[in-house]
Amino acid sequence: MPARSIHPGAPGAAPSRVDALADASNLMLGPGRRYWKDWVVEKGLLLAALSSVAVTTGIVLILLYESVPFFRKVSLWSFLTDTMWTPNFPVNPHFGILPLVAGTVVTTTVALAVALPVGTMIAIYLSEYAPFALREVLKPILELLSAVPTVVYGYFALLFVTPLLQKFLPNLPLQSMLSAGIVMGIMIIPYVSSLSEDAMRSVPMLLREGAYALGANKMITSIKVVYPAALSGIGAAYILGISRAIGETMIVAVAAGSQPNFTLDPQQPAATITAYIVQVCMGDLPRGEIGYQSIFAAGLTLFLMTLGFNILGHYLRKRFREAY
Amino acid sequence: MIDTYRLIARRRLQDSVFNVLGIVCMLLGVVTLAALLFDLAVTGWTRIDRTFLTSFPDPEAAEAGVYSAWVGSLLLMLVTISLAVPLGVAAGVYLEEYARKNWLTTIIEINIANLAGVPSIIYGLLALGLLVYQFHLGQTIVVGGITLAFLVLPIVIVSTREALRAIPRGIREAAYALGATPWQVIKDHLLPYSAGGIATGTIIALSRAIGETAPLLTVGALAFIAFLPDSPLQSRFPFVNFHWLNSDFTCLPIQMFNWVDRPENPENDFHRNAAAAGLVLIIMTLSLNGAAIYIRYRLRKRLKW
Repeated sequence: MPARSIHPGAPGAAPSRVDALADASNLMLGPGRRYWKDWVVEKGLLLAALSSVAVTTGIVLILLYESVPFFRKVSLWSFLTDTMWTPNFPVNPHFGILPLVAGTVVTTTVALAVALPVGTMIAIYLSEYAPFALREVLKPILELLSAVPTVVYGYFALLFVTPLLQKFLPNLPLQSMLSAGIVMGIMIIPYVSSLSEDAMRSVPMLLREGAYALGANKMITSIKVVYPAALSGIGAAYILGISRAIGETMIVAVAAGSQPNFTLDPQQPAATITAYIVQVCMGDLPRGEIGYQSIFAAGLTLFLMTLGFNILGHYLRKRFREAY
Repeated sequence: MIDTYRLIARRRLQDSVFNVLGIVCMLLGVVTLAALLFDLAVTGWTRIDRTFLTSFPDPEAAEAGVYSAWVGSLLLMLVTISLAVPLGVAAGVYLEEYARKNWLTTIIEINIANLAGVPSIIYGLLALGLLVYQFHLGQTIVVGGITLAFLVLPIVIVSTREALRAIPRGIREAAYALGATPWQVIKDHLLPYSAGGIATGTIIALSRAIGETAPLLTVGALAFIAFLPDSPLQSRFPFVNFHWLNSDFTCLPIQMFNWVDRPENPENDFHRNAAAAGLVLIIMTLSLNGAAIYIRYRLRKRLKW
């Protein structure tokens, strides 16, 4: 109603006397009622914005709440230093997170060995070499790589990449951190390349022209001028990639194995933190048992690892935004 | 003199080698995507038919289908969308149009950035600990939907904010000059103009949610569901019901994971079923992404402020 009252002479309709009266009373009532309504709307929207804070708070509280009983039974020291993770042994179970962390670190390292060089090259190519029209076509196609559901990637790693790798590495078992890591690397290419390309494109043209004037070709300009100038943005992209790889679940659950295995050899199968959580959840563990509590302790470890990288990435992005 | 020419030639060669290297890396991504699609299609395409789409899971691979899975996925998306979109758009509008620069706003912003980087399985643990065991909602569709809504909330918020930010200042000022209140400006101008951008973000969020497996496994979605939830629509008044929210469920990614996870067995070939389920899933996600890319492209062409 109030919206109409401020346009009394709206085109197309001759205002009648009744309308004019109604409009006048509306106007008089108007501001107070309108501001009251606006106040309610604003607070409602604020509540919606706060809901995202509530989700984070919920995550932290639940992880802590469910891990506390776990850490009553298992000391933090043995959790962090024991090299065995056998929570389901009826006799003398071990709760050392190290084997799971090792699995996560190895798969993540393999993934980064694929994604960082390839993603960086793609970013340089798209930002410095590719003609405009080609870039407009290639970018969305490349981004589809991160849209493919991860369980499909798991299938691909297990039934396409592993048999392919076995042609070169005949001793590779059916499940291995190597094939899971490679596929994970391909999945995170777009995360790395997209943000890196944005950072490189925001490097001022003047810097490139300076390099050209000194006789540098595009390659040298890209490597020695653009890349260092965009480094903090590229760093943020790398960290996003790392954080994705650490938290990735389905690819490793399908293709890397489900048994904890304290090894740094990527050719072996091993469970990651995420794969362990999935493994436990697929069985029907009653609440209150140590197996159930252990997934929250593992989840807390995972959350802290990614949180650390997210904070670092946030800091780098802020620096990169301020640079130019 | 001759040295200079040689130097130039070398630099040129170097440059083209680097260019080719870039193209090769680019192709590596594109070819992998193509190989993945091709592999799924070759294995799974002949498996997809009417019976596959209308059969329940079965111990016999040839008899099994994805009926309960795709219906479950659809219902999950219904819950996810109806929670994430209102909440995300409202939060985005608040942050972009109302929020002043103060500590509360800063906390919310850092929080959203961080939330976007939390691994999806952590959301599953949240849902398991909070919704399933504290609120006693059970391992139901509504819990799955809420979990996915939490997961995609940052995507909806960020895309809403970007869409609002693209609207020039002048539009708002013109409306204020005519006496509109902030809320009138938002509902009569800003929301209609940003609808396209918000729609794109919502579709991207949907395509993310529909392929998500880990949090639903954590919540405890089952892979063997041989019934459909009650239909949300009914012939009697009031024509809708909500019994389906409390139903056990499965969904396409879970069903696919269950089939992939079985040992290889040519007699009872569940891996072929997995490929077919994956193909259905990937066709859904890729067409959602295609739609988003198309809308974004159209918007960029049409909108000239």
